[in-house]
Amino acid sequence: MIREVQKEDSMLLQKRLLSDHFDALERAGDEGKKVVYTFVPGNLNELVRSFGLLPVLPEINALQSGMRKLSGNYIAEAEKHGHSEDVCTYVKCDIGMLRKGNIGPTGKRLPKPDLLLLSYTGCFTFMKWFELLREEYDCPVAMLHVPYQASGSIDAHQRDYIVQQLKSEVIPKLEQISGRAYDEERLREMLRLSAKAEDDLVWVLESAKNIPSPIDAYFGAVYYVGPIFSAFRGTPEGVEYYATLRREIEERVAARLGPVTPDGPMKNERYRLVVEGPPNWTSFREFWRMFHEEEAVVVASTYTKVGGLYDTGFRHDPDHPLETLADYCLGCYTNLGLPTRVALLERYIRDYRADGFLINSVKSCNSFSVGQLLMQRELESRTGVPGAFIESDLVDPRYFSAANIKNRIESFLQMLDQKRQSRAAS
Amino acid sequence: MSQRHPEERQRRDEGSQNATSPHSEILRSAQDDAVARARALYDDIDLTYVREWKSAAPGRKAIGHMPIYVPRELIHAAGMLPVGIVGGGDRLEIIRGDAFFQSYICRIPRSTIELALSGRLDVLDGMLFPSICDVIRNLSGMWKMLFPDRYVRYVDVPQNFDANVGGRFWRQELDVMRDDFSRISGRAISDDDLRASIAVYNENRAAIAELYRERSRRPWVFPLSETYLILRAGNVLPPEEHTRLVRDYLREASLDPSRREQDQSRVILVGMFCEQPPHGLLVTLERAGCSVVDDDLLLGLRWLTREVPVEGDPMNNLVDAYLQASVFTASRYSPDGHRARSLLESFRRNEAEGVVFCAPSFCDPALLEQPMLVAALDREGVPHTEFKYSEDTGQFAVIREQAGTFSDSIRLWETDVILGRREDAEGSQNATPPPVEIPRRAAPVRDDVKDRA
Repeated sequence: MIREVQKEDSMLLQKRLLSDHFDALERAGDEGKKVVYTFVPGNLNELVRSFGLLPVLPEINALQSGMRKLSGNYIAEAEKHGHSEDVCTYVKCDIGMLRKGNIGPTGKRLPKPDLLLLSYTGCFTFMKWFELLREEYDCPVAMLHVPYQASGSIDAHQRDYIVQQLKSEVIPKLEQISGRAYDEERLREMLRLSAKAEDDLVWVLESAKNIPSPIDAYFGAVYYVGPIFSAFRGTPEGVEYYATLRREIEERVAARLGPVTPDGPMKNERYRLVVEGPPNWTSFREFWRMFHEEEAVVVASTYTKVGGLYDTGFRHDPDHPLETLADYCLGCYTNLGLPTRVALLERYIRDYRADGFLINSVKSCNSFSVGQLLMQRELESRTGVPGAFIESDLVDPRYFSAANIKNRIESFLQMLDQKRQSRAAS
Repeated sequence: MSQRHPEERQRRDEGSQNATSPHSEILRSAQDDAVARARALYDDIDLTYVREWKSAAPGRKAIGHMPIYVPRELIHAAGMLPVGIVGGGDRLEIIRGDAFFQSYICRIPRSTIELALSGRLDVLDGMLFPSICDVIRNLSGMWKMLFPDRYVRYVDVPQNFDANVGGRFWRQELDVMRDDFSRISGRAISDDDLRASIAVYNENRAAIAELYRERSRRPWVFPLSETYLILRAGNVLPPEEHTRLVRDYLREASLDPSRREQDQSRVILVGMFCEQPPHGLLVTLERAGCSVVDDDLLLGLRWLTREVPVEGDPMNNLVDAYLQASVFTASRYSPDGHRARSLLESFRRNEAEGVVFCAPSFCDPALLEQPMLVAALDREGVPHTEFKYSEDTGQFAVIREQAGTFSDSIRLWETDVILGRREDAEGSQNATPPPVEIPRRAAPVRDDVKDRA
């Protein structure tokens, strides 16, 4: 039986935003609008939109294809054309979708890119992904190399390197494609809107510190970060979305309600978990159900920081427009060194009073996955909080073994129970 | 040229002699034979040679680095030994390393961790992790967590090749490393130190370039199974010594009358720039009828395709060389198909007859770029084949069969469509005459360089 999903105002608003955006993309060719493909981490949405350009995010398309059970065929199509079974399935899903007509998440054809804005932030694969797309589309590429924040802090010359690239490579190409001059005042205004939305997003994410948590900060929060990670950071629509979302969560906090899941509101919070790693998209609801059926709620996650890390204090700063874009790119989660990532997770485990943490290690994403087994040991040792490790993939249905994952999660939660009981007994 | 004080120069030269003179126990038994010396170093997974080098004079330091490119000149200029670390190959049992990596991660990080946890890398006074892929990048963070007392640096080479942008960034990165290496070695790197090191590496690059040229010209005299060992010795030998080894080998092999032309296919290997194949795999390719005329093995040792000027600001010279003369490979950004063009250019220059894609399993850079290279080769009618390996691959029968079939197909069917000869093959009066038939036989492989797996 398919259960009716409880729709809140923010969900309806997000649906409308996305639908309008894809409508605009479909009409782009007729209306003479230019389109920029770019990535979620290190996306320069304010800058792109300040030129009147429309962004397309292939990762979002790939994850949507995963949720709509289309990714398996797309991946097979790409592998048939020589793409290795070993590499990122987002890439193969995107290439396969392109080969099969480039029909986007809303069932409408996506326009070809006028520019590939290769923001090389936190993921090596991005670089080759857009080299592959350039071969397919034969369009210009603007390359932005974002240095890795290996030391745990931003060095001045790293920021300067990005700013120089924005000035010499990215902005000139955006000007050329759009036919408009760079308008710094417009960019500043958009950055002001970004900061406003970021304030509300952080408030929402931090609401999970409440017991019970009013949100699921992983499965639920991937929807919350959708607008700000994609086309709506720096827009009035984005500000409206986060203000609406915040109001809803404020009400849930006041009423001491738990998160809303696709199967209805969670009535009881038995386990509080922190999650590292992206979700699996092909069995997203089934995956989520494994948690909420056990009354486990995720109170903090790192995946919701890949498109921007705001809960450590960063906000886009309109007074330093290019420098703030540089700092934003440098601070995206997968662009941080492992020690910094471990420190962030440790903070989450403590601040959000987690009973345990779980690492969902995805085959596709070495940027996330390499080092996670060491991270688990380190976190257990520092916090005394137990961790669990499961493996799946982003959008390749062949790498989601529901029975194994469910078994692992249930065993882990039982272990948390036993720990709790033995603590109570002593 | 170097303005070094004569006494200082003498001290340095003496140090260099000490550094390069093979008083090493590990080389003593094989001093007269370049290949045997190189093989001894290849088998030395305990880095005994590096230990001996360090203990030969007080205060010596060694800095390890992962593939592909690091500015070895800076390490050398500080009087330290750059040591290329490329995992444990097929001679290391992985006991603890597997516990750190999921099954879908390539082999090189797990064997490198194994080398470190087993104490084999204790001899290194620091470790560099170049920006080649997300695995090596994250390994740098793992290193910091596992070995918090050791020097670790992620070497973030620029992907922007504009002198005022990427060049400026790279100069600042080099400045940091220069300061770091000065501190670790206890000796401030002067401009003259660096000029002298650049000159040493120019000679090394020239020797390696000659090795590759000669192999392309006469692969039966300089087979891959030997040239690889000779090149690989450059990971641990001081550059002066390595240059001598290369030159010794070129001379010794040339004088060997038993090396005769073989009826083999001339192929280029692509994808082996980071995790190294077991030596037995290279031997297998030769036995399957492939004469390798170019490859991307150990690319860091020949990353710069021209000399670095010795005159002028040596730091800027290193920067300019990186921006202007880096090889095209999978780990760097390739705007507008430069990488494919560089492969095709190598194909023409080396008069190759086919390309063998042989990438390590789960190698993102190599496997992601492969479809683009394949498409470029297909457009030009260049034959190619592909397979994957891991550094501990032990079964070569399938690879031998595949490479043998590929080689046979080239010899039997593809002679006319080789790039650059196509016009001739399409009816010109000046068509290339058919190749002289040479009796087929296996490539000669010395007993001591055969697969020992």
